[in-house]
Amino acid sequence: MSAHTTEKLVYMANQIARHVTHDPDPVSMIADHIHAFWSPRMKADVFAVLDGPEGAALDPVARAALDRLAAHAS
Amino acid sequence: MDSERETYRPQPDFGTPPSPAERAGAASVTVIIDGREVSVAPGTTVMRAAALSGGSIPKLCATDSVKQFGSCRLCLVEIDGMRGTPASCTTLVSEGMKVHTQTKKLEKLRRGVMELYISDHPLDCLTCSANNDCELQDQAAAVGLRDVRYGYEGANNLAQPMDISNPYFDFDPSKCIVCSRCVRACDEVQGTLALTIESRGFDSKVSAGLTSDSFLSSECVSCGACVQACPTATLQEKAVKEIGKPERAVVTTCAYCGVGCTFRAETRGEDVVRMVPWKDGKANRGHSCVKGRFAWGYAQHQERILSPMIRSSIDEPWQEVSWEEAIAHTASELKRISAKYGRNALGGITSSRCTNEETFLVQKLIRAGFGTNNVDTCARVCHSPTGYGLKTTFGTSAGTQDFDSVEDSDVILVIGANPTDGHPVFASRMKRRLRQGAKLIVIDPRRTDLVRSPHISADYHLPLRPGTNVAVLTALAHVIVTEGLADEAFVRERCDWEEYRHWAEFVSLDRNSPEFLEPVTGVPAADLRGAARLFATGGNGAIYYGLGVTEHSQGSSTVMAIANLAMATGNIGRRGVGVNPLRGQNNVQGACDMGSFPHELSGYRHVSDAGARALFEAEWGVRIDPEPGLRIPNMLDAATDGLFKAIYIQGEDILQSDPDTKHVAAGLAAMECVIVQDLFLNETANYAHVFLPGSTFLEKNGTFTNAERRIQPVRKVMEPKNGYEDWQITQLLAQAMGLDWAYTHPREIMDEIARLTPTFAGVSFARLDAEGSLQWPVNEAAPDGSPIMHIDGFVRGKGKFVVTDYVPTDERTGPRFPLLLTTGRILSQYNVGAQTRRTANVVWHEEDLLEIHPTDAENRGIKSGDWVRLASRSGETTLRATVTDRVAPGVVYTTFHHPATQANVVTTDYSDWATNCPEYKVTAVQITPSNGPTDWQEEYEAQAARSRRIKGHEGAMEPAE
Repeated sequence: MSAHTTEKLVYMANQIARHVTHDPDPVSMIADHIHAFWSPRMKADVFAVLDGPEGAALDPVARAALDRLAAHAS
Repeated sequence: MDSERETYRPQPDFGTPPSPAERAGAASVTVIIDGREVSVAPGTTVMRAAALSGGSIPKLCATDSVKQFGSCRLCLVEIDGMRGTPASCTTLVSEGMKVHTQTKKLEKLRRGVMELYISDHPLDCLTCSANNDCELQDQAAAVGLRDVRYGYEGANNLAQPMDISNPYFDFDPSKCIVCSRCVRACDEVQGTLALTIESRGFDSKVSAGLTSDSFLSSECVSCGACVQACPTATLQEKAVKEIGKPERAVVTTCAYCGVGCTFRAETRGEDVVRMVPWKDGKANRGHSCVKGRFAWGYAQHQERILSPMIRSSIDEPWQEVSWEEAIAHTASELKRISAKYGRNALGGITSSRCTNEETFLVQKLIRAGFGTNNVDTCARVCHSPTGYGLKTTFGTSAGTQDFDSVEDSDVILVIGANPTDGHPVFASRMKRRLRQGAKLIVIDPRRTDLVRSPHISADYHLPLRPGTNVAVLTALAHVIVTEGLADEAFVRERCDWEEYRHWAEFVSLDRNSPEFLEPVTGVPAADLRGAARLFATGGNGAIYYGLGVTEHSQGSSTVMAIANLAMATGNIGRRGVGVNPLRGQNNVQGACDMGSFPHELSGYRHVSDAGARALFEAEWGVRIDPEPGLRIPNMLDAATDGLFKAIYIQGEDILQSDPDTKHVAAGLAAMECVIVQDLFLNETANYAHVFLPGSTFLEKNGTFTNAERRIQPVRKVMEPKNGYEDWQITQLLAQAMGLDWAYTHPREIMDEIARLTPTFAGVSFARLDAEGSLQWPVNEAAPDGSPIMHIDGFVRGKGKFVVTDYVPTDERTGPRFPLLLTTGRILSQYNVGAQTRRTANVVWHEEDLLEIHPTDAENRGIKSGDWVRLASRSGETTLRATVTDRVAPGVVYTTFHHPATQANVVTTDYSDWATNCPEYKVTAVQITPSNGPTDWQEEYEAQAARSRRIKGHEGAMEPAE
């Protein structure tokens, strides 16, 4: 997996987070969105970098959503 | 079926348009015409009543596409109890009226009139190209003209020079009878008002604007309405002169934009003579534009590829092979790659230009044959945010109205759409309503033609900075809510009240006021307040939008903001209102409906929906993956990562149409098998290993679904020059992959779609043939289809208000890139131009130009016509500039119709947060003077030429793109 691709996935997750700040439950909103629209490979790729340096760039709300999805997937 | 495929004869002309009562199917008036008792709607003319009951009153200046004019005096009749001989075209029926249309007195009067016409008309009928298809000739026969007492020696208007400047039709003033039908068609039907009658009396003459103007140099947009209205050979298609009178006619649907005009293809032998707009077409009501009416010659273009081709590497020339070999090779490559890299290394793209049936089969092949959900469609790059936004707020991924609805609109809000160029036939219908007095609000960075054109002037034009749609829409909502203009009764009844309150509270914040946002949006607060008040209080408010809404990082938010505005003002669920996405390509709606997205089966059911999957699994006998597949940009990312290896692309040119060309090229170059099915060696084919020649819309059966959700038949006019319709090619590939498909006609595919898709349950080819078209949903709840949606309740139940906060795009201007580039279309060209560039439409637009404001141009020393370098953080290209104040200072604009320009080298890979629809409409750029093409453009040209070589055709003309 290239850094370019994972960087982009992190960017995408952060971008979703920035657009749902007014949702009553943004963590669920982001988790549902990624669950519904990302392919399994994209999800796996972003889960893989959650604890690495690329994951550090994640918005806290996006991270919470991905943590929840990752826990659910494992 | 016989009524749709028949021997050529002109479509019946009832003389005058239907009255409003007739269109509404209202109560009837009974009159006696020549002893026949006839029941017609109130407001019907005597002429129309006679024609509707099978009679025929002679006429010349009347035709049912324009209002009655009463000038030719040929349609005189006698009516019991009325004095004289009134014109039947201007006399309305009344109960019990007794009309006589053929009497001795009338015959004499009509012959007298006809003698005058013929005394100033050439008598070359036998050699005239309109011979046997001419109303003047027919009417001369009808009135029994036997001689012309005035002779032919006197003053006349014969032997005038012809105007042959338009590439598609000629104007021969010598044959003109000055009936004004063309002028009225230009005014009433098209709304361009390019034509006029010059001079007066005997010297009266049709003119395209100024005396110095030809049809080409004038404001004429070549829509063909005048040609359609002309009763003689004065305005006639060049093709009729060249080929002759049509002998056969087939009713079908245009394959250009999302308006979906119904045309009649009129043919002679195996040649199309002309495409004529069909009056019974519910999308176009007998009107057309320069593309659908005239620009179909690409089907016969010499660069069209008719033989399948393969090659093992893109550095090699193409090798022509038989269909058997091409299909066997392709299937074996796909199987090899699947075995080596896994099924998820495969995928495909369905086409918004192909039929519903073809699109359905491509996604079926990918899901059932390749075994993956890696299928996407070109809607990804245009209207995917519409799908997301309207599904979230209303519960269905489509527009809410039919096109007829605009006739009842009082305030029309157009945002991010340029309908006079992108959707011209609908624009003409909209303009007609605007001329009748409807108000207009245009939200667009450019001063589009709609803002100011003859007899139309927008009440408000809000020239926002590109990328600030959400801020403007939120500010509109702010005014409506804080000034107490919201329709709370509607909201309480139809929407979730708590969500509304949450939203209303948000939009009411000071930071969402027009005054606060003015520095961000560039829109004067007073104008924005005025527009909000007008929209909320002006009566039926309808919102029309296009790609200027969707192709942004906030595309989905903007669609939802539009939906919020419509709900807050109660503008949903009846005629005249609604949220109306103007779809780009002919079958974008259909491609989305047919399950082309990686996360959805047909009818917008998520792949994780076990019930929906079970239906497909039972019908197809395979397991469907419950996880979403890859979208186009993610396929390309996966390809550069070495994980995605084979793609089947039907009818889309992603290399030219998708953003960040270099990234697309790198993704394609990393694949082992790129299969392109298209008419021409498009830009994507430069990276292809298999080329399967496709068929045009004239060569296939099927259906398209337009922006109104209207499913319309596409009928085969001629045999496919490449040997197969596109669905047959997909079937051959499926069979070679081991699937047991055995469709013999697209109607069987539609039957399968209807079985599997609840919103299509009542659709079949038999019904489409009988009714002309159907608007989905067509099911038990709506057996005759659904012209207007959400009438009594939203599809999702309660309408959902979603807070849409303005989040600026990450694409920012700065010292190096101080200008904002936005992109769009022009009337004469279509999308990447693959079709229209191969027609005479290039006379109107032979290259993409950069529009730049005089101030920005002057600062850079740029004049109109100069070459300029257009650079962004992604790349650079060159093109020529045109200096105009249509764009605001700080904003530049161009089209993307020509591959040499490569405008998408410049666009970034930023995209919509919800759907990854690319942000084509906002790119920070710098403009500098330039000497000519960039190194990239030259390298690209060379690479393209190399990759288009075909073995055995070396030395022959290279198909130049």
